[in-house]
Amino acid sequence: MSEIKFSKDHEWVKLDGDTATIGITPYAQEQLGDVVFVELPDVGKMIEQGKQLATVESVKAASEVYAPVSGEVIEVNSALTDAPATVNEDALGKGWFAKMKVADKGQLSALMDEAAYQKYVEGLH
Amino acid sequence: MGTNESTENLKRTPLYDLHVELGGKMVPFAGYEMPVQYPMGILTEHQHTRSGAGLFDVSHMGQIRLRGESFAQVASALERLCPADFLSLAPGQQRYSFFTNNAAGILDDLMVTRAGKGDDADYLLMVVNASCKEQDLSHLQANLNNRCEVEPMFERALLALQGPRAAAVMQKIAPDSVNMKFMTGGPLNVGGMDCFVTRSGYTGEDGFEVSVADGEADNLARKLLGDMEVKPIGLGARDSLRLEAGLCLYGNDISETTNPVEASLVWAMQKRRREQGGFPGAGIVQRQLTEGPPRKRVGILPDGKAPARAHTEIANEHGEAIGEVTSGGFGPTVGGPVAMGYVRADLAPIGTRLQLMVRGKAMPAKVAAMPFVPHRYHR
Repeated sequence: MSEIKFSKDHEWVKLDGDTATIGITPYAQEQLGDVVFVELPDVGKMIEQGKQLATVESVKAASEVYAPVSGEVIEVNSALTDAPATVNEDALGKGWFAKMKVADKGQLSALMDEAAYQKYVEGLH
Repeated sequence: MGTNESTENLKRTPLYDLHVELGGKMVPFAGYEMPVQYPMGILTEHQHTRSGAGLFDVSHMGQIRLRGESFAQVASALERLCPADFLSLAPGQQRYSFFTNNAAGILDDLMVTRAGKGDDADYLLMVVNASCKEQDLSHLQANLNNRCEVEPMFERALLALQGPRAAAVMQKIAPDSVNMKFMTGGPLNVGGMDCFVTRSGYTGEDGFEVSVADGEADNLARKLLGDMEVKPIGLGARDSLRLEAGLCLYGNDISETTNPVEASLVWAMQKRRREQGGFPGAGIVQRQLTEGPPRKRVGILPDGKAPARAHTEIANEHGEAIGEVTSGGFGPTVGGPVAMGYVRADLAPIGTRLQLMVRGKAMPAKVAAMPFVPHRYHR
């Protein structure tokens, strides 16, 4: 099983070869509340680390989802268009947003592992 | 994600402890710490209010009493500041109105109830917005002090019970509530407590607003929540419910920079007042009634699924900017995005094609009739 890494902006990324699957964390979906709309990037788009990858909207507000690594968008989870609540129900699984072809795998080492992210989230309260 | 505004200097309503106990997510709102949602979540809270009964704490809103030697004296005093006809209010009747300024801008919107029946209790009770209440009080004092008594009751609590099951729930602890009609109110014993109850609300559903002494608010709220049909509802669902009902939010949809004619609130200015004037900005209101306003508040339905939030630019079919969204979001009962905003008057007819500029992309939309969800008031 591939290792999962987390960003300070509450995105997760799982690397398989040079393909990174990206989503938002259970903490993020909890903070957002009921997700009612997801805007996904176009396949083929190049996105730099820290730049906007997607938009996620709850009943209350719109929030940006940032790319935790740089790369090209090679696939998006279009199932979220019709079932945005999947983000709430299974943030780390079926609620993934996009897959990117990673340009520099070294960028992942700067992200947090599960234990470090857990600690980071606890520090936010 | 999520804002961490300071909670210093924020006020709390008498129900604060109850909100925390119920798992309410407390956020700063109009100077108060208020629950934006409970563990049930905004979507479920919204749907519960449309199918059952929801309990809202609206104690942050300002309650003000106007008293004088006679009802006519109090009513005519308030008519100097608002374009509504208060003189014709029957005992127990309630009316929606707003304070206007000399440019016909809206200073705040409010609910006004004639409390008595020509007796000692024949005064006007007002409920004003939390964020405006201090300013409203000064406004009333500065302009009406020599005409009537202006008595703030800001410590008093206000609970709203809303939804198709609200009447059945209320009837159990306040049997006389069954006879009340929409937009009427009066003193009522609710569960052994002396309250002032109106049959009104801000959701488009049947329901009640219950004014109660601060010391009894917690007791009353627990009594209502003791009914299996009642769930606590936060500010998040309050906003999506009122938006679907086409009701204005002060500060978003109406403000000092919008007048009642362009805000499509002509219905709240009764004929005698429209004709006679006698309120701040009456000349402008009368001119716009004759000539038509240059812009109008309308309902907007996006074709797609992306919500268009407040301040989204509205363009016509040719891409020319012609207005702005003032409230918008996802309507849980509609099952899609809904919005309201101001458009150039020639583009206000229902069905007119528009474009909403959401994150740099033009999203097709159309002018739609409001409310988006039919009102179910008990008339």
